[in-house]
Amino acid sequence: MPASLLLPLEVDDLCYRIGPDLLLDKVSVAIENTGISVIMGPNGAGKSLFLRLIHGLLEPSAGEIRWAGRSLGPDTRRRQALVFQKPVLMRRSVAANIDFVLKPQGGRYRQRRDEVLHEAGLYRLRNQAARLLSGGEQQRLALARALATNPDVLLLDEPCASIDSAATLRIENLLRQTRERGVKIILVTHDTGQARRLADDMLFMHNGRLLEHGPAAEFFAAPSSEQARAFLDGKIVI
Amino acid sequence: MQDFSAAFGLAFSLIIGADADLIEIIALSLRVSISAVLLSGLIGFPLGALIAVTRFPGRQVAAVLLNALMGLPPVVVGLLVYMAISRAGPLGWMNLLYSPAAMIIAQTILVTPIIAALTRQVVEDMHKEYDEQFRSLCIAPHRVIAALIWDSRYSLLTVTLAGFGRAIAEVGAVIIVGGNIDHLTRVMTTAIALETSKGDLALALALGIILLILALSVNAAVYGLRSSARRLAYA
Repeated sequence: MPASLLLPLEVDDLCYRIGPDLLLDKVSVAIENTGISVIMGPNGAGKSLFLRLIHGLLEPSAGEIRWAGRSLGPDTRRRQALVFQKPVLMRRSVAANIDFVLKPQGGRYRQRRDEVLHEAGLYRLRNQAARLLSGGEQQRLALARALATNPDVLLLDEPCASIDSAATLRIENLLRQTRERGVKIILVTHDTGQARRLADDMLFMHNGRLLEHGPAAEFFAAPSSEQARAFLDGKIVI
Repeated sequence: MQDFSAAFGLAFSLIIGADADLIEIIALSLRVSISAVLLSGLIGFPLGALIAVTRFPGRQVAAVLLNALMGLPPVVVGLLVYMAISRAGPLGWMNLLYSPAAMIIAQTILVTPIIAALTRQVVEDMHKEYDEQFRSLCIAPHRVIAALIWDSRYSLLTVTLAGFGRAIAEVGAVIIVGGNIDHLTRVMTTAIALETSKGDLALALALGIILLILALSVNAAVYGLRSSARRLAYA
């Protein structure tokens, strides 16, 4: 597996505050170049917020974020791609959504677009309006568009939150292929099953704090925090 | 009542008979207003989109100003353009007074704020939806603006229609800078004003009916286009 040039990701004492509410509380972590890192936790744990902060879409209230020793900026963001929970598709055809990110790269972008659409299993739908696709297809298109930018790091925010199991399987297969190509994946989910299927590395968050971080096998065999144990047992964690 | 039935009859016979003078007036009305709307679109779409997506000091003031300018009185615009292009004015050397070009300039000034203000609203709403995705993709500002204008094209068609409605219906500005000269600058609205003042109410009303039919047809065409766009989920 080739190494991603943007790793490791180092986060020190990261805080995010809105008014009096501390939504992210001194999160420190180092994420290495090991396949898929899954961030899991109940709703309101700060998972999506963490993802937006490390991507640079939000300014932290305190703390530091470094990608391969470099601070956040357009240069680091350009080499990452983020897939949102609710895919943001443009009011255009499927192909035109991919073209939008490929055109600035110039050259023979049509060929690359067709490759990307084939990979995502969307080629036969290329002339359809993107917003008329099913939920699963929309999410696959958002993922295909993210991959079309050739990112070193792929960030995903609950990509399978509102799609059925067949569509989830297709997305997970795409993610495995992407991992094999050496793209680092950081995935946010609250689905324990998905985390077990995909994770090489696990982070567990609760109430704005990072409670656990370690290899997935160790985490699932013996979670050290009470909240993670309860979460894995399917209990309601508040 | 007699005026109304006479007007309908006259309007009908004018249309059926394809009266040459009438066709000339309609053609000039359309030429002036469509040119003005196209020019206003060229200025108004990017201007509205720019105010919608950029953050700068005084942005709120610019938005309020633009909204206020939507209500510009046509006679005031006509007067200002008249002063600018009359022989003694700064643009007097261009010899534009009492020409269709002068009428296009006046209507462009009237319509541009309408198109820019409504575009700002439409684009701002779409920008809220696309913003995070565009920032994530590091899209350059000029591409953001172009993409937002393109993706809101069907809503902007309605915006254009509002501008066209204003242009084709106004009389104050074109009568001042055009002068309502027969076979040169006479348009539907100035002809209606003239016939009314001459007491030929039936002809004035007939012209009014044709103006209404014209406005209705343009609206229906745009409505049809928008409906098909909505079916395709592009709107």
